[in-house]
Amino acid sequence: MADPLPFRPPAAAPVMPDRPAVRIEDLRLTRRWRKVIDGISADLGTPGCTAIMGPNGAGKSLLLRTIAGLEKPQGGTITFAWPPTPEKRRVALVFQRPVLLRRTALANLVHALRQFGVPRAARTDQAMALLERADLAHAAKTPARALSGGEQQRLALVRALGQAPDLLLLDEPSASLDPRATAALERLIRQAIHDGVRVLLITHDRGQARRLANRVVFLHAGRVTEDTPSDRFFDVAQSPQARAYLNGDLLL
Amino acid sequence: MVNKDAMEPFTTAFANAWHLIWTADADLMGVLALSFQVTGLAVLVSCLIGFPLGAILGVGRFAGRSASLVAINALMGLPPVVVGLGLYLLLSRAGPLGVFGLLYTPTAMVIAQTVLVTPIVAALTAQVTEEMHREYRDLFATMGMGQVQQAATLLWDGRFALTTAALAGTGRAFAEVGAVMIVGGNIDHVTRVMTTTIALETSRGELALALGLGLILLVLSLAINAGVMGLRNMGMRLAHG
Ligand SMILES: Nc1ncnc2c1ncn2[C@@H]1O[C@H](COP(=O)(O)OP(=O)(O)O)[C@@H](O)[C@H]1O
Ligand SMILES: [Mg+2]
Repeated sequence: MADPLPFRPPAAAPVMPDRPAVRIEDLRLTRRWRKVIDGISADLGTPGCTAIMGPNGAGKSLLLRTIAGLEKPQGGTITFAWPPTPEKRRVALVFQRPVLLRRTALANLVHALRQFGVPRAARTDQAMALLERADLAHAAKTPARALSGGEQQRLALVRALGQAPDLLLLDEPSASLDPRATAALERLIRQAIHDGVRVLLITHDRGQARRLANRVVFLHAGRVTEDTPSDRFFDVAQSPQARAYLNGDLLL
Repeated sequence: MVNKDAMEPFTTAFANAWHLIWTADADLMGVLALSFQVTGLAVLVSCLIGFPLGAILGVGRFAGRSASLVAINALMGLPPVVVGLGLYLLLSRAGPLGVFGLLYTPTAMVIAQTVLVTPIVAALTAQVTEEMHREYRDLFATMGMGQVQQAATLLWDGRFALTTAALAGTGRAFAEVGAVMIVGGNIDHVTRVMTTTIALETSRGELALALGLGLILLVLSLAINAGVMGLRNMGMRLAHG
C-alpha cells in the first residue's frame, strides 16, 4: 500500500527557498488587436499568498492563464524557478467557475490523480484524503455537478492540491459564494499556504485579500500600477488607480 | 360500409400472429434470434469503431478533420439499398472480396448494418465529445493530458449520450430492409431477419408471421425510444446536478 498522504510534506519540498516561483519579464498579450497585457514585469509566487487586484478587464485572468500555459503571449518571458522540463506539473490553476467532470466527486479526484501519475493502488485512498481535507467525505458518491457552489469550488481546489503544486493560481475562487462557503474555502487556501504552496489569488474581496495575502499586485489596463505588502496597500495605496479602485470610483 | 367478410382475413391474421408469438413459434424465434445476432454484432462493431473515431474527431485538431466530419455526416444519410448494392459488388464471386464467399451469409448482413450504423455512432460521438471538450479544454490543458487521455475521459463522461447514439444505431439496424435483403438474400433459416421476412411474407399474402414480427419490431422500437429518453434524463442529471 502506498502512502495515503496526498500532500508533499513541507520537508520534501524542492529547494526554492525564498526565490520567487516565477519571473515575468515584459509580458505582452494582444487579443483582437488590443493590448490586454501591456508589458508586465514582476517576480510572482513569493512565499505566502499574493493577491492580484484590479478592475474588471484589467488582465488579471489572462495573466494567470498565461502563467499556467493556457495563453500564448505575444512577447516577453516567463521563467520558473525550476527546470524547464519538470517531471510533474508544478503549477495548478483553479478556474473562477469550477470545471468538474460528469462523475462523482470521488471519481473526479481519482481521475485527476491518475493524470498526476499517482499509481492506481494509491488513488482511491489519496482521493478520500483529499475529500476529507475539503470536508466532502460525505459527498464522495455524489455527482460532482450536483454539489453546491461552495462544495464544487472546494472540490476543484483539492483536486488542484492533489497535484502537489509549488505554485497555485486561484481566479476569483469565491466570487459566487456566500460568506460561509467563502470561509470554508479560505480555510483550505490558508492550509495550503501553511504547507508551503505559493499562491496567486485574484480577488475583488478586500477582506479576503487582507486575511490571506501578504502582498498585493494591482493591475490596471494590462499594467502593474502597484506592488506592495498587503497591509501597506490597504492603508495607503500609492497609485491613483488603486486608490480609485478602493474608493469605488469609476476608472477611465 | 365495411364488409364484415373482408375484415375476416385480418382478424384471423391477428389471432394467428398472436398465437405465433404466444407459443414462441420456431420460425418466428429463428428469425428473431438472427435479427438480434446480426444487429447486436453490427452495433457492437460500429461502437468499437465509431466511439474512438468520433472522439478523435471531437477532440483533435488536425488537417482533414473538417473533411472527415463532413464525410461522416454524408455517410449517415446513405440510402441502405445503395450500401447493399455496393457491398454486393464487393462481395459477389467476381468482386474484389469474392474469395471470402461472404455473399448471402449473416456475416455479409453484419457488414452491411455496420456500414450503415458506424457513421451514425461516429457522428453523434463527435458532436457530443466536441461540445464537452469546449468546456473541459482548459482543465485538460492544466492537467497536461494527451489527446488519447482526453478522448477517453470524454467518452466516459459522455456515456449516457453515447449509449443513446448506440441505441439510435440499433433502431436503424433493426428497421433496415434494403441492404440486408440484397447481401443476405433472404434465405429461409439462414439469412432471414425481421424486416426481410415481413417483406417476403406480406408479398406472399402470409400475413400472420408478418404481423407477428411487425408487432415485435414495433415494441422494440418503442422500447429503444423509451431507453433513449431515460438515458437522456440520466445524462442531464449528471451534467447539471
Ligand atoms: N479571447 C479574447 N478575445 C478578445 N478579448 C479578450 C479575450 N479574452 C479576454 N479578452 C479581453 O482582455 C481583457 C482582460 O481580460 P481578463 O484578463 O479576463 O480581465 P480580468 O482582469 O477581469 O480577469 C478584457 O478586456 C477582455 O475583454
Ligand atoms: Mg477575470
